[in-house]
Amino acid sequence: MSEFPWQSSFEIREQVVGGAASAVDVTRAYLARAEALNPKLSCFLTIDYEGALAAAAQVDRARDAGEDLGPLAGVPIAVKDNLCTRGVRTTCASQILGDYIPPYDAHVVEALRAAGAVILGKTNLDEFAMGSSNENSSFANVHNPWALDRAPGGSSGGSACAAAAGLAPLALGSDTGGSVRQPAAFCGITAIKPTYGRVSRYGLVAFASSLDQIGPMARSVREASQLLQVVAGHDRRDATSADRKTGDYVGACDRGVQGLRVGVVRDLLDGLQDADVRAGAEAALSALEKQGATLVDVSLPHAKHAVSVYYLIATAEASSNLARFDGMRYGLRVPGEDLAETYTKTRAQGFGPEVRRRIMLGTYALSAGYYDAFYLKAQRVRTLIRRDYDTAFESCDLVCTPTTPTPAFALGEKTSNPLEMYLADIFTLPPSLAGLAAISTPCGLSAAGLPIGIQLVAPPFEEEVLCSAGQVIEDGCGLLESRPSAID
Amino acid sequence: MTAYEPVIGLEVHAQMRSRTKLFCGCPTDYGAPPNEHTCPVCLALPGALPVPNAKAIELAVQAGLALECDVASHSVFARKNYFYPDLPKGYQISQFELPLNGKGHLDIEVDGETKRIGITRIHVEEDAAKNIHGAGSSAVTVVDFNRGGTPLVEIVSDPDLRSAEEAEAYLRKLRDLLMFIGVNDGNLEEGSFRCDANVSIRPVGQEEFGTRAELKNINSFRFVKKAIEHEIARQEGVLQNGGTVVQETRTWSEGQGKTISMRSKEEAHDYRYFPDPDLPPVAVTEERIEELRASLPELPAAKRLRWQKDLGLTEYDAGVLSGHPEVAKYFEEATRLFVEQSGKKGQDAGKKVGNFVQAEVLRHVTTNGLEALFPVAPSAIAELLACVEDGTINGKIAKKVFASMVETGTTPKAIIDAQGLAQVTDTGAIEEEVRRILEASPSQVAQYKEGKTNVIGYFVGQVMKATKGAANPKAVNEILRRLLDEQ
Repeated sequence: MSEFPWQSSFEIREQVVGGAASAVDVTRAYLARAEALNPKLSCFLTIDYEGALAAAAQVDRARDAGEDLGPLAGVPIAVKDNLCTRGVRTTCASQILGDYIPPYDAHVVEALRAAGAVILGKTNLDEFAMGSSNENSSFANVHNPWALDRAPGGSSGGSACAAAAGLAPLALGSDTGGSVRQPAAFCGITAIKPTYGRVSRYGLVAFASSLDQIGPMARSVREASQLLQVVAGHDRRDATSADRKTGDYVGACDRGVQGLRVGVVRDLLDGLQDADVRAGAEAALSALEKQGATLVDVSLPHAKHAVSVYYLIATAEASSNLARFDGMRYGLRVPGEDLAETYTKTRAQGFGPEVRRRIMLGTYALSAGYYDAFYLKAQRVRTLIRRDYDTAFESCDLVCTPTTPTPAFALGEKTSNPLEMYLADIFTLPPSLAGLAAISTPCGLSAAGLPIGIQLVAPPFEEEVLCSAGQVIEDGCGLLESRPSAID
Repeated sequence: MTAYEPVIGLEVHAQMRSRTKLFCGCPTDYGAPPNEHTCPVCLALPGALPVPNAKAIELAVQAGLALECDVASHSVFARKNYFYPDLPKGYQISQFELPLNGKGHLDIEVDGETKRIGITRIHVEEDAAKNIHGAGSSAVTVVDFNRGGTPLVEIVSDPDLRSAEEAEAYLRKLRDLLMFIGVNDGNLEEGSFRCDANVSIRPVGQEEFGTRAELKNINSFRFVKKAIEHEIARQEGVLQNGGTVVQETRTWSEGQGKTISMRSKEEAHDYRYFPDPDLPPVAVTEERIEELRASLPELPAAKRLRWQKDLGLTEYDAGVLSGHPEVAKYFEEATRLFVEQSGKKGQDAGKKVGNFVQAEVLRHVTTNGLEALFPVAPSAIAELLACVEDGTINGKIAKKVFASMVETGTTPKAIIDAQGLAQVTDTGAIEEEVRRILEASPSQVAQYKEGKTNVIGYFVGQVMKATKGAANPKAVNEILRRLLDEQ
């Protein structure tokens, strides 16, 4: 049994169910830790003391009454602040929703409550999930628990930081172009980006609808798999939710990789500038090989266009998705002389610079006369990227690449150059554009002591194979026993 | 002076009669307190997602089938982006490149001639909410989101109409059709059937179109005609004074009796249409399309032809009786029951019921949208006319009985009994009366014997007088002839 605060979700549940600890005591301990460390890390935007203790008390009552307890009974969790929580402020780290309190729960939040999880609070993010360093939060910068002057990654930087720093064993994030995988890699934890359609988006404040997926984050592959189990499944309230049977993700963690064919994009690996990242990737591949996997070379010839394609499609969708923030019904309103001025003032003051940049970019890409050359062409290349993977999966069961080209960069290092920031997502974008399932899990530390992440990509709805392979990498070269050095 | 020819195309927005909205489960009922029928989806709260209403899509397919459109088995919802307070998402979910229904047509009759008007497309979209300006005493605008998200079909005609009369005829025909198939309630007052018109003129004989103006807000048949006539005259005036018509959007002001410019082409929105990533393509299988085609009710044009052929109606009568789906249903039901009760066959039965419904029943019918209120049930009409048929009463008495039925709500038979209106068909009683009259009228009997047979009318009159009109005239005639021939 691990010591607080490093117990796993399984251990916490076992204690609560067995009566060794009450859910309220566990929750109090995590709330106290969050209160103590959040000023340093800024990973929570809202800590919901009252709601968390009430949920924990209910778990204790259910246990005392001898009722069946859910798979996450009494397990604290941190939820990204772009997931709607009934009665609890949901800001998307934006001034435009600074005081917005949703009247309903997102599908995944309902699923968490039904499973007995205790939601500690809402985590920081890049405004509307647009960013790769969390520096686009309009409230505060999140700090990487491994080195406080480093970025935690983004956009789910608050969730990654909370899990990595032992502020909660589990966290939920959302991933549009790498937003759970990249911060997981930077913070030394595991995150799964499920297949598009695997998890309902109902109640996730949309950034780019054709790409957004909610993803589990945790320090171990097994815990992330368990959280996926809880939130996955068909939901009629999301028309893009897939009516497909979910797998046995926790069970898959014990299946190993014997006979698995792992696709390696050789030119990509050889082109890596960062020696630590290359060493991490080699370590992960050899861990897989050692357990019986075979490596095969594959190529993704169109992946190099992913950044251009992504920043046309995602911004086009965002420009439309964010139109509802108009100051009319909820959120910030800055009155002007007339309607047009009210819109302009509200949106100019309510959105930060990166969000405004992306709205303008997307509006341009959809404009009359430019639609065919930008949006439509990007959609065509997106299809080509998907076909690259289809071809690759004819000869392998999953494709392995690093999650990021470098370990966590310094806060402020890339803020003046948006394009350079966009390139931080170069490996996570192609599977997002193809709608595939992916996992990022730690595969070592850099010379400077920063975590390195490896990304595995599976065909649609094949999340189980990610859990199996992720577990093998964790056992071979993971960071489960390492603690982030910049806290405690 | 140059003679001009108008070219008109119409865009009709018709609300579909689905119980719930197009992308959420809120009711579509009209008249609820403001913002009662709303939810996170139709208020566009952060994180809410649209889910298509399958019933509404099927209604739109039926509209397409009724207008002979090519129904697409694969169509796409698209976002039409613009800011306005009645549009909570900042975009309207509509269809753009791949609409549900492609080319079709509608035949209209103007001045006794049939003309085929092309349908360009029929697509599905959601209605906007309703801005209410200056509610209460203040200058504020408030928004009622009850209507927001109501399913609509937008029916776009080809520019085939050449006069305001044709435009009006097209709209009336279209409304009747949509009401008949149950897609729309035809209620212009409540805004469930709305029309925009694209109007241009060109010199007679010229092939290419002139510059068009789009007329908005013409929401009654009367306004449509007036607005289009005014707009044609306005454009003629512009051209004849050496000016050019500019492409613009104009609105009809009933108060000023003219069209007023709203915005020019330069001010037009760039809607930035793109496929809605929240919604997978709409798939309707060929099989389902055929099922929906089979489930379409008989359309008014087909009904009228059948009634003329099988039920002996004139074209005019068939037109009147098919003017409202409930009236048509009433007529058909009354006819069916009348045939059952009287044994009369098609042509004769249809004509009799048709005449009576038109002459008597329709005066008492009130309609409101798709609903119609009838004074008595069709079974009561069948029963009443069967009483005429079997000789219990005659046609004149039938009208009296009908008036009592409307007033009291009781059955024809009960009224006939209570008021003693039955004709005397007891031949014994009639014969006795006839013998008495013949005995009392020897000179008239003699005239009859001399061959002046039309004196029989005198005897009939005497018998009817004696029986106070209750004797069955047919029986009286028979008995009279028999007894006179015996003399």
